[in-house]
Amino acid sequence: MRAYLTLVRRELGTFFVSMTGYAIIASVLLLLGLSFTDMLAKLNDDPHGAQAPMTEWFYSTLYFWLILLLTAPVITMRSFAFEKWSGTYETLMTTPVSDWQVVLAKFTGTLLFYILAWLPLFGCIAVVRYFTLEPTIVDPWTTASTFFGIVLFGCLYISMGCFASALTRSQIIAAMNSFVIGLGLFLLSLRQLVPVPSADWAAKVFSYISLSEHMEDFARGFVDTRHVVFYVSLTVFFLFLTLKVVESRRWK
Amino acid sequence: MSNSWIIEVENLTKRYAGNTAVEGITFSVQRGEIVGFLGPNGAGKSTTMRILACFLPATSGTARVAGYDVFTQADAVRRRIGYMPENNPLHLDMRVREYLKFRARLKGLGIGRSRARVEVVMEQCGLTDVSRRIIGHLSKGYRQRVGLADALVHEPELIILDEPTIGLDPHQIRSVRQLIKDLARDHTVLISTHILSEVEMTCNRVLIMHRGKILAADTTQNLQNIMSDGGQVIAEIAAPVAELRACWEQMGEIEYFDIAPSDGEYHRCALTPRSGLDLRPLVFEQARMRGWALRELSRAHHSLEDIFVHITRPDREEETR
Repeated sequence: MRAYLTLVRRELGTFFVSMTGYAIIASVLLLLGLSFTDMLAKLNDDPHGAQAPMTEWFYSTLYFWLILLLTAPVITMRSFAFEKWSGTYETLMTTPVSDWQVVLAKFTGTLLFYILAWLPLFGCIAVVRYFTLEPTIVDPWTTASTFFGIVLFGCLYISMGCFASALTRSQIIAAMNSFVIGLGLFLLSLRQLVPVPSADWAAKVFSYISLSEHMEDFARGFVDTRHVVFYVSLTVFFLFLTLKVVESRRWK
Repeated sequence: MSNSWIIEVENLTKRYAGNTAVEGITFSVQRGEIVGFLGPNGAGKSTTMRILACFLPATSGTARVAGYDVFTQADAVRRRIGYMPENNPLHLDMRVREYLKFRARLKGLGIGRSRARVEVVMEQCGLTDVSRRIIGHLSKGYRQRVGLADALVHEPELIILDEPTIGLDPHQIRSVRQLIKDLARDHTVLISTHILSEVEMTCNRVLIMHRGKILAADTTQNLQNIMSDGGQVIAEIAAPVAELRACWEQMGEIEYFDIAPSDGEYHRCALTPRSGLDLRPLVFEQARMRGWALRELSRAHHSLEDIFVHITRPDREEETR
């Protein structure tokens, strides 16, 4: 446990000892800001006078998805790949820490940073809350459930990123791999690209794995256990794969 | 398992796809020794060390550190080992004290204990002045000290250093060597190197590795004695060649000799005795009797370099088979 916490601290610390962490937070802020102005424009154009919670508007902007899809590969790419490349992986793996502690610590540290990068979202929501005449559009519950959805999404994408990073010594390759896996999973939920098959079961499967539908539910303040199970189980699956990759040096 | 052995390796073999890095090596190291692993690049030194540090598994054979098996009791072994890999990888973005504290905590030391130990090892390795500097801004010599301090921080019983002086300038090499010698007072040290003089200077026992096998394992002193078993004596004498030749031919104790001109009227004679006999008193006696000037009389000293070249000579492999 002690080693785990030490590693989490170190992992989180790596983002702030160099410029990388600040640069990532700055770009997330920029995209969030663009998303915010986009959303404000949509709110003003709404002929029905904004009945839906504002988070629903948020989720439908392009920038919102851009942040979700881009941050995870960028923040996870260095986790294993850089340590392997610089050789510190060897010093790390010869200390009395177990493989799962290392994997879990890298995941947790990166996830904490991801959450930190998303915190400004509350700022945007607070601004709307302060100025709006319609208190219904800013509901604490929907805000919380949206953030919960964002964190779950992050869990899955970060575990995929850790997996991609553990496979290689090159950060670029790690980032590309995790971006491609992540994008692939996301594109499956785009109706324009994947026409929903007529078969009943297939339509069900596609709706079950549709990330945008999940996010829509979360943005409406709707926490469906099916979605939670989907994210948690896939996260566990990718972390398990990462653990196996880390262990694989013993199979050679 | 006797308690005085800190490393016991038996029949250790490591195969990578297509080639064998280490082939059935057996050796042991006693507590308190400084053992040097000597061999050309690619001899299997680093692989052996990585196996001992529980980073790589072996293909077959057993290895124990302080009585714990490195495969099944890796955790116990890791707690007892301070390992510095080749090229000494460090987190270059951290400060010295911060890094050492991080490593101490990883190795399972408590907050108070790690704080105290970090101060001790920084003092020991001469890092106190740079404790707040970022490791990436330090010179290579200092970085090497940071690596050593890291290896020491949890008070390991055994310290394994893979090429600790590689890439350092002569001054830094000297200070790192001195540091290693100081460590040896209360630790067992296993270092690998391909620099022969380094082993000669720091270690009291040598394991010579070549192509995955241990070709010789002995104290540096013994190895040198074995090599100079011929007991060859070098004498520089001022005398005509003919007289010298006649004299050596007439001496029954000399099996073989060789005379080469030196400067002036001096000649350099290399004399090999018939048995393990010491020729020096006899040669001196001859020179005194005949009134020759004798300016050098010594037994040929074989450096480890000669031993190394001798042992790893390609044709020797046929001899030993």
